[in-house]
Amino acid sequence: MNLAQREPSPFKTYDEPERRRWMSSPFLAGMLFLLPSLVLFGVFLFYPMMRTIYLSLYLIDTQGEPLVFVGVENFINLFQSSSFQTSAKATGLFVLYTVPIGLILALVLALLANEKVKGIGFFRTMFSSTMGMSVAASSVIWMFMYNPSIGIMNRLLSGIGMSEVQWLLDPQFALMSVAAATIWMNTGFTFLILLGGLQNIDQQLYESARVAGVSDWYKLRKITLPMLSPTLFFVTVVSLINSFQTFGQIDILTKGGPMESTNVIVYSIYKDAFINYNVGSASAQAVLLFFCILIVTVLQFKLTERKVHYQ
Amino acid sequence: MSLTKKIVTYTLLASFTLIMMFPILYAFLISFMQGGEVLQGKLWPESFSFDNYISAFEKVPLLTYLLNSLIVSTVIMIGVLAVSSLAAFAFVFINFKGRDILFYLFISTMMIPWEAAMVPNFQTVQALGWLNSYAGLTIPFFALAFGTFLLRQQFKTIPHELYEASQVSGISRFRFFYKIALPVSKTSMVTLGIYSFLTAWNMYLWPLLVTNNEAVRTVQIGLKQMQSQEISTEWGVVMAGVVIVILPTLVLLFLGQKRLQEGLTQGAIK
Amino acid sequence: MKKVELINFQKSYDQRTQVLKGIDVIIEPGEFFVLVGPSGCGKSTMLRMIAGLESISGGDLFLGDKKANHLTPSQRDLSMVFQNYALYPHLTVEENITFGLHVKKIFKKEQKMRCEEAGEMLGLTDYMKRKPKELSGGQRQRVALARAIVTHAPLCLMDEPLSNLDAKLRARMRSEIRQIQRKLGLTMIYVTHDQTEAMTMADRMMILNGGEVQQIGKPMDIYNEPKNTFVASFMGAPPMNLIHAKVKGSSLVVDEQWLIPMSESIRAAAQLNEVTIGVRPEHIQLANDDEPGFVVVVSNVEVLGTETLITFNIGDKKQWIARWSGQWNLRIEQPLRIFIEDQHLCLFDAQTGGKLDGSQDSSFLNKEWITI
Repeated sequence: MNLAQREPSPFKTYDEPERRRWMSSPFLAGMLFLLPSLVLFGVFLFYPMMRTIYLSLYLIDTQGEPLVFVGVENFINLFQSSSFQTSAKATGLFVLYTVPIGLILALVLALLANEKVKGIGFFRTMFSSTMGMSVAASSVIWMFMYNPSIGIMNRLLSGIGMSEVQWLLDPQFALMSVAAATIWMNTGFTFLILLGGLQNIDQQLYESARVAGVSDWYKLRKITLPMLSPTLFFVTVVSLINSFQTFGQIDILTKGGPMESTNVIVYSIYKDAFINYNVGSASAQAVLLFFCILIVTVLQFKLTERKVHYQ
Repeated sequence: MSLTKKIVTYTLLASFTLIMMFPILYAFLISFMQGGEVLQGKLWPESFSFDNYISAFEKVPLLTYLLNSLIVSTVIMIGVLAVSSLAAFAFVFINFKGRDILFYLFISTMMIPWEAAMVPNFQTVQALGWLNSYAGLTIPFFALAFGTFLLRQQFKTIPHELYEASQVSGISRFRFFYKIALPVSKTSMVTLGIYSFLTAWNMYLWPLLVTNNEAVRTVQIGLKQMQSQEISTEWGVVMAGVVIVILPTLVLLFLGQKRLQEGLTQGAIK
Repeated sequence: MKKVELINFQKSYDQRTQVLKGIDVIIEPGEFFVLVGPSGCGKSTMLRMIAGLESISGGDLFLGDKKANHLTPSQRDLSMVFQNYALYPHLTVEENITFGLHVKKIFKKEQKMRCEEAGEMLGLTDYMKRKPKELSGGQRQRVALARAIVTHAPLCLMDEPLSNLDAKLRARMRSEIRQIQRKLGLTMIYVTHDQTEAMTMADRMMILNGGEVQQIGKPMDIYNEPKNTFVASFMGAPPMNLIHAKVKGSSLVVDEQWLIPMSESIRAAAQLNEVTIGVRPEHIQLANDDEPGFVVVVSNVEVLGTETLITFNIGDKKQWIARWSGQWNLRIEQPLRIFIEDQHLCLFDAQTGGKLDGSQDSSFLNKEWITI
């Protein structure tokens, strides 16, 4: 057949040295544009992560240099230490205290701030204000609020005739107190993203619901929440991850105490690595943290594909 | 909207505003109080004097800290914008082998908690001699997957024909990048700028690790230092410090709240 | 002015899907050449390959006498107008027009002169300081044209440049583009899916379908002598009426209803059992009493002012459209006796759709249609 004879040999025929900038080597150009990111990720993320895994398998001297390969011994020691068990428990509880309540609070605020009433811009700004608050500043304020003798919390309690509480010094209350402060700190960010999600919902859906004459509650359940589900899902994951990574408020409010009741994982890593100079233990914990977050993100990807409603 | 519903809405809005804003207002009020008033547990200062602010600047080198924070945040902001926009441009406009793999690599960076890598990072920075330096405080934060995704979404809205038209006129890739792609994406750049500035200004753990002298210490660490030194006695001064630290970011947030909200939603949800 | 030559021009993705299957054509200097075809036929791909925006998988491209397969778009010395105009939204009209001229080593003064010249030609003088979003669709289109003109490139490529405009403006821009092209002596390659645009603008055109050339020629030649049923039905609005017919003995039988006697000699040459008959709408006439014709029933009438389109059923499933000049007040269901002159009948191979040679020559047909 004629066509068969004329079949092109697309990538061999032309070897003139005319290949230049545009059509020529997109690979080189692409790499050049990506180079800064790749180098930085390599040096400050991938390499240290690998190094952390490597260190977690070694006995480390106080200078941070690996001495002897010990396999999973660091992990075994970790699981057997009551200190780590307390830390794991504290982390779990902390996540449990902060994530659901924080989400619900932010959702309520976002729904309120999505009402179209006069001056709503002002309220939106107020609700998002904690996003501009640093962990350090917020923690200092809350520290004062929790102050047993002059802080507002105990004054409120005594005002309604209850006995005062050692918010940050009582192992029973310390973690909850830090959690409350944390919820407040994170609300601004969560609120902003949820509000953005709400505003992305097609207004025509509400208009058609209004024509159908359904109740607000019905609209919330049948339109708002399903349409918001991708955003909700995203903030859940981000809140979870953030919660695992809590550090600043612990460092300022409790330093992991009292009786290690607020010694959440990142604080524990910090203490082991930079105060106790036990890098092996710190690395093992860091590896565990990595896997926790890995599981959360992998679950996110798996679930986003299926369960969540996208438009 | 019915009147009842309006009243309910406003009541709810007002009470939540009060709850959310209370700690900030509280700090603000305390910062004007004399030592005695604070100890009595008052809510409203007798007079608004700036004594606490003056002594805040006297007791710790707050001005140096503020300047350090400003430098660090600005440098990180510029770094993030430059590095992210370059990467995002490659992902949108350059079609090369292995692009998808690299994109997954970028996604995977979001799975690595930065805290899990902090010990070796500290060692790296130490080995580079970057402890107590702006370099050590800023450079590790230039690459940001979130920033790349946000700008990638933005660049994707630029019609591909613009790129082709400039190919026909013979404009180089890089010139198209900074003459067309960047100016057209001004809004997203501003959003990312605000975001990275805020995060950098509020950074706590890393500056705590890599600074141990006043020359480069940021204002957040300064706050911790203040609080641990002054704790029992001069809460008014500490709160004055708090107000000074939060004021720049609050102003930035109030100005850019709408933009930030749009940008965060855009970068987060495709 | 520049000659463009394509030799066995091919495009395939992943070595398998053939988008363009070996195209050969020479576009003469100063010619207005239109590529037309339905969407997905490969016409835009072909244009983008000529521009250098897509790589050439096989065959050769010559611009002037120079092989251009591997030149970058800017080295090909051409200008291009895009469907969505591709104006830089943050630059003013003036900046848009002159953007990129520095690459061609044109000095500021010369840039300004050319910009003014082009702006004047297109009536943009008052809009030079505006941004694209402050312009109407037609004005944006003009800016895109101006940007193509200022480069002084001898070859201009346009990819559906008028498809975003409303009908009225489109008609005006058609003639404007044509005039500018003539005035500047540009070689133009113009892509469109709109056959009216192709008919009215082209010196010559190429009809593409499925990556293959269907026909190349002057608009009127293509209209009058379509090479196959695809071209026949693609060019002309309303399109050429087509219908299947069986060859039975010495006659053509349409839907078991009409019998068209056919001369012996052609039947022997064709050697076919089935053919497709084609008739242009304007060639269907109302039969005079003395003319042989056949009766059809009107199913729809559209009076367009100067002409009337009459839809009627032919056979059991098919509808044909006739175009008569003037205004015709016909009832639906009204029977009409129509007549087609032999010279206006086209015969195509029913299987391949290819035109049967000599079918325009009516000698093989007997004069009479006989209704069964």
